[in-house]
Amino acid sequence: MQPVVEVEKLTKRYRGVKENAVDGISFSVAAGEFFTLLGPNGAGKTTTISILTTTLNATSGTARIAGHDVRRAASAVRQDIGIIFQQPSLDFNLTAEENVRFHAVLYGLYPFRPTFSSMPRAYRQQVTELAALLGLENEMGKAVKKFSGGMRRKLEIIRSLLHKPSVLFLDEPTSGLDPVSRHTLWEYMRRVRRERGTTIFLTTHYLEEAEEADQTCIINHGRIVAQGSPDQVKSQLTETYVLIDAENHSQLRDELRRLKIKFTEASSFKINAGGGDIQRIIKAIDTPLSLVKTHNPSLEDAYLEIIKES
Amino acid sequence: MREVYAVLTLAYRDLLKLLRDPTRLISELMFPLLFIVILGGSLQSSFGAGSKFDYITYIFTGVFAQTLFQSAAMGVVSLIDDRENDFSQEVFVSPISRYTIILGKIIGETLVAMTQALGILVFGLLAGVRFSIANLIGLGWSGIVTCLFGAAFGVIILSNLNNRRTADQVFPYIMLPQFFLAGVFNPIQGLPWYLDFLSHISPMRYAVDLTRAVFYGGRTDYVHAVLQGPVYNLMLMAAGFVVFLLIGTFLFVRKEQNR
Repeated sequence: MQPVVEVEKLTKRYRGVKENAVDGISFSVAAGEFFTLLGPNGAGKTTTISILTTTLNATSGTARIAGHDVRRAASAVRQDIGIIFQQPSLDFNLTAEENVRFHAVLYGLYPFRPTFSSMPRAYRQQVTELAALLGLENEMGKAVKKFSGGMRRKLEIIRSLLHKPSVLFLDEPTSGLDPVSRHTLWEYMRRVRRERGTTIFLTTHYLEEAEEADQTCIINHGRIVAQGSPDQVKSQLTETYVLIDAENHSQLRDELRRLKIKFTEASSFKINAGGGDIQRIIKAIDTPLSLVKTHNPSLEDAYLEIIKES
Repeated sequence: MREVYAVLTLAYRDLLKLLRDPTRLISELMFPLLFIVILGGSLQSSFGAGSKFDYITYIFTGVFAQTLFQSAAMGVVSLIDDRENDFSQEVFVSPISRYTIILGKIIGETLVAMTQALGILVFGLLAGVRFSIANLIGLGWSGIVTCLFGAAFGVIILSNLNNRRTADQVFPYIMLPQFFLAGVFNPIQGLPWYLDFLSHISPMRYAVDLTRAVFYGGRTDYVHAVLQGPVYNLMLMAAGFVVFLLIGTFLFVRKEQNR
């Protein structure tokens, strides 16, 4: 199947700047996938999203969404994507429903009518359903300025799903939300993915949000430094090891040498190994062990290590 | 049809935003009130008393045109910070044409400015300006023309600005000289050549003069208040509208994407 997002050697250099903000990155995202773009501030995440969502032209390279080139077929791309921006993009003086309605008309889904009740039945039904999905069914007539941060984010999600986009871009959607709002938001996002099969393209600082992804890309200084499933990224770029020690320190050292197991010695012995290897090593050792400690890096460890290196 | 609905939506949104924000409505009417009642009143009682020239009507018509022109221009320039803050971000990634966005904004800001025009008419009445039904109709259409022209002028300014900070710093220097060069308060017949030249390149001049040409039509003091006939002003404004809009939108769209 054709990937829904295809990026090839994408480069962006802002005017009057010597370094590339995005420097020749390539990746692709399969339909229905949950994809995350991770990176520290200024790594090029928002620049990449801006190019993919047609608001910024790349310096070189290509990007296609659902087969449409983002530059040559910008209008078709816009019709096919939904975006949740870093900054809330709602009119606070308007009601929640008005914000949604204006979006619907701009995307050519329904004709313009000045009130909710005069809108077509299909629209009213769709809005009611989406509001129920995100738990805002009783709030749609209220002014957005009375909404909490979490409710605003949910409203933006309702709005972005209205035109049934094949890719939903979320640019750090949970920054500034309290843990409870973040948690419920992700519950809803999972439901949306399950029920609609929408591809999710997320940039985030929160690593635990990326742990669930099908594919993650870590970028720094505009370049991809690691790519793959969260597990692959972890194993590619960090060491999995086991620490062992024994009351009889020197006997253990001799035994390890005899067994030709590579180790580094500090206060205990560090052996680079993962999974089944650990089992095999421990089994082979006869010296009574006083310490066995395995180290399994989290994505956060991997991330910190990668960012430090690049 | 979709682009028509989009224009209606964008324009309706601007009007709704104004009506839901009474503080903004009142603050935007403060300057016209000060100009017409205090400035007009004081000039009339000092300079106007012995002469046949009616300062209050002169300033009322000038301020009427200036307020609409400026309000529409400023409204369009607000696209610059809107796109970083609110629903406008959303507008810029929607599949409608960039020209539709600008057109919707122009019509929206025209509606907003025409709402203010009602307030200015009331100030005029309070200050003692008398007008007929024909005058009201005249102010109505010349007001709409002025708003459209001012909004198109706003597009040109917008296309040359980078952020809100620059806009706030530059905008007063683009507008304030035009107050005097366009003769909003002060008669500008017989200016020295260099001021006359500057006056002729001030877009606001044509908006103010059109409004006066329409309002003073048939009055004896027409020759004292009006510089050129309505047709001349209308033609220049129409040409300016097209040029500002096309060049401005082109530059704006290009600048947006090639940062």
